Amino acid sequence: MSTTHDDGPLAARVRHVEALLEERGWLADGELDARIDAFAAGGSPANGAAIVARAWVDPGFRERLLADASTAIEELGMSMAAGLQVQPLVAVANTADEHHVVVCTLCSCYPVALLGPSPTWYKSEAYRSRVVRDPRGVLREFGLELPDAVHITVWDASAETRYMVVPRRPEGTDDLSEQELAGLVTRKGLIGTAAV
Amino acid sequence: MSRINDVGGMVGFPAVIEEPDEPAFHADWEAHVFALNGVMLRRGVYNLDEFRDAIERMPPAEYLASSYYEKWFHAITTLLAEKGIATPEELAGG
Repeated sequence: MSTTHDDGPLAARVRHVEALLEERGWLADGELDARIDAFAAGGSPANGAAIVARAWVDPGFRERLLADASTAIEELGMSMAAGLQVQPLVAVANTADEHHVVVCTLCSCYPVALLGPSPTWYKSEAYRSRVVRDPRGVLREFGLELPDAVHITVWDASAETRYMVVPRRPEGTDDLSEQELAGLVTRKGLIGTAAV
Repeated sequence: MSRINDVGGMVGFPAVIEEPDEPAFHADWEAHVFALNGVMLRRGVYNLDEFRDAIERMPPAEYLASSYYEKWFHAITTLLAEKGIATPEELAGG
């Protein structure tokens, strides 16, 4: 599990390695800042929210998304090709009878280029070890109490496949626009640790 | 045989702790480690599988005591040494 450290010595070690690499021509001046800026401008949970909202209002899109998410998201101008390595995206949809939740037990696989960085808890040994053994209990810790009748499926992401959850459309949202619907969807909803 | 990173189903870890409104990086050095890894991968110094492997073969006690980006930095320096970019002594800064 992660522990709190004094960052001072570590920050100094990172700077030292950077300086060494610059000196030897493996790193150009400003190269790291450019990469950090590109990352900040990259993926975001808003992309996932837009995908979910479209699936809620367009049954045809929902069908295409669940059949082949990597291809379907291109209809929204998004792509899985922005990452360092292209992995197929699989979308799994919650229903009244089934809830999906995503983990990467081995480390931290997550569709970062599409959805932005994953939360720290997603990468924690606590979440990775426990959600596969006691998903219902872990979801309860997140404040998500599911009826016993609801089946829970846990998807273990890997270097080859990334997942996103399509939450259920909340009741009483018939009058909302697609954009307003997207505003309801959270990063946790896209992982499955929240209802929406 | 499984390595220490293969924690799925392992018993004994505590409750999951959520941090509300957490930033993408908690310190500048984390962002630098993230970016440094991206640059090394793009330059072909090592590949993504080698990077994952370098995290996964950390000594178990060190793995469990390290934060996420500490693991990354450990893997980067391990690989820089193994690829002959710099010696462990040079990387440690002495």
